[in-house]
Amino acid sequence: MASRSEASEKNASAETTIQYAAPAIDWETRGYWEGAGRGELVLQRCGDCGVVQHRPRGVCATCLSNSIEHFVASGLGHVHTFSIVRQNQMPGFREAVPYVIAYIELDEGPQILSNVVGCDPESVEIGMRVKADFVRTGDELGVPRFVPA
Amino acid sequence: MTVSSSSAKSSSSANGFSGQIAIAGIHEYESRWAPDKTSFQIMGECAREALADAGLALTDVDGLFCASMTMGPMGPVQMAEYLNLKPRYLDGSNIGGSSFVSHVAHAAAAIHSGLCEVALILYGSTAASQAMAIGTGGTSMRDASAAFVEPYGMPLVSNYAMVAQRHMHEYGTTSAQLADIAVSTRHHASLNPHAKMQRPITREDVLESRMIADPLHLLDCCIISDGGGAVIVTSLERARDLRQPPVVVRGTGEAVCHREIGTPDLLTIAARQSGEHAFRMAGLEPSDIDVCSIYDSFTITVLLTLECLGFCKPGEGGGFVEKGGIGLGGHLPVNPDGGGLSSNHPGMRGIYLVIEATRQLRGGLGERQVEGAEIALAHGTGGYLGLMHSGATLILSKD
Repeated sequence: MASRSEASEKNASAETTIQYAAPAIDWETRGYWEGAGRGELVLQRCGDCGVVQHRPRGVCATCLSNSIEHFVASGLGHVHTFSIVRQNQMPGFREAVPYVIAYIELDEGPQILSNVVGCDPESVEIGMRVKADFVRTGDELGVPRFVPA
Repeated sequence: MTVSSSSAKSSSSANGFSGQIAIAGIHEYESRWAPDKTSFQIMGECAREALADAGLALTDVDGLFCASMTMGPMGPVQMAEYLNLKPRYLDGSNIGGSSFVSHVAHAAAAIHSGLCEVALILYGSTAASQAMAIGTGGTSMRDASAAFVEPYGMPLVSNYAMVAQRHMHEYGTTSAQLADIAVSTRHHASLNPHAKMQRPITREDVLESRMIADPLHLLDCCIISDGGGAVIVTSLERARDLRQPPVVVRGTGEAVCHREIGTPDLLTIAARQSGEHAFRMAGLEPSDIDVCSIYDSFTITVLLTLECLGFCKPGEGGGFVEKGGIGLGGHLPVNPDGGGLSSNHPGMRGIYLVIEATRQLRGGLGERQVEGAEIALAHGTGGYLGLMHSGATLILSKD
């Protein structure tokens, strides 16, 4: 596992490769993206049935209640699965390959799609502990990605 | 009663049109490179050939079904205008590459309930000559969940790659086993004079081809071609009076899998639900199937589909597919036409799954004929495995 200083050092170089665009937001999802802008990973819990859900929605996808509460998750989790992307024609990513895309299983339960940065892509493996790291995209918003914990 | 929804538990309501509807005409566009054609012209030519195959005229068509990556949201309306048709039943549902497999089910239900008599299912695309980067370009998602995907750079292939990685982790599936799917499929393509890639390949060729998204190599990925196709569906009774021996619809099923609320099982794909429904409707078991057409966007798609349809247990797909297990002469021949991995893949390949299954049951395909094939299964997967995808299963038999 990479030490904190190594992680943040390589992190800096990773930030120069993937250019995170400001996310498209709406009223259902702005709490999540604004949280990321503050450096917080925000999840939803239903005030009626108690189920935690991600991605965020205006209704509970289990009981259809509007009583949705937001809470700050730990930002900790592990790699459920991943791939090293070596070819992507999309501008912004064409230059960034190879990079790691992954489903992170958060300690609170839900899986979240993200990148794992701040380490050699070849060193990423299933089960690896990771923590959220945030890139500010302006306008009070941010995009979470993950680094070795 | 027509076939009831996914909640149907009673077999009595789930086999409504089984054994009463048939595929009466088919056509696969022969060229894999058509820079001088539009997708509409390809569909028009395919309609002509499929109608001729069936012994029907355009004026007999009263149900129109179509989907493509290039038509707008009013696809069937545009297509009806192009063909100067005024059908009384329209279906442009687009659930990805599996659409045409589901169109057969929708057509069967419509015919069974008297909403139309002769259904024309169409597909056309010039993906190759337009240089569309299907697997390694951007996603075409337009739904509200896209914002949770787009920032991270997730080409289509990486969805399938992450599922493959997880399968390897849980079950010890190997790249060599996945490679054997590509090898069998290429062998089949070498027997199909219309296939785009006909030169045989070895397991080593696949493993040494460049990595696109770990653990999927270039030769784990389907090709990109131009192409199109048409299928004519009508009642079995009417089909018996037409030019070709009817191929009977025995069972159908549809399903969707997605991220749920963040807690999906990546290794249970839509084929589980759609397959169970189709087998129950047909009154058949996986062991009854003689030949399969399975959407092979990537090698992992085939492996997981076989597991989820029940041809082998979860986790045993690697052993099932390796060393020619799904080749001609193996325990279950899959994609004897060469599939999307080697024959053709214009973006949404589902119509060819139906066409090859039908051809195999008609017989007479020479070296690539599965001898004595009586019952065939076609299964389409559309969309992004792991993120969100559809599945459609169709079980067909000789009359």
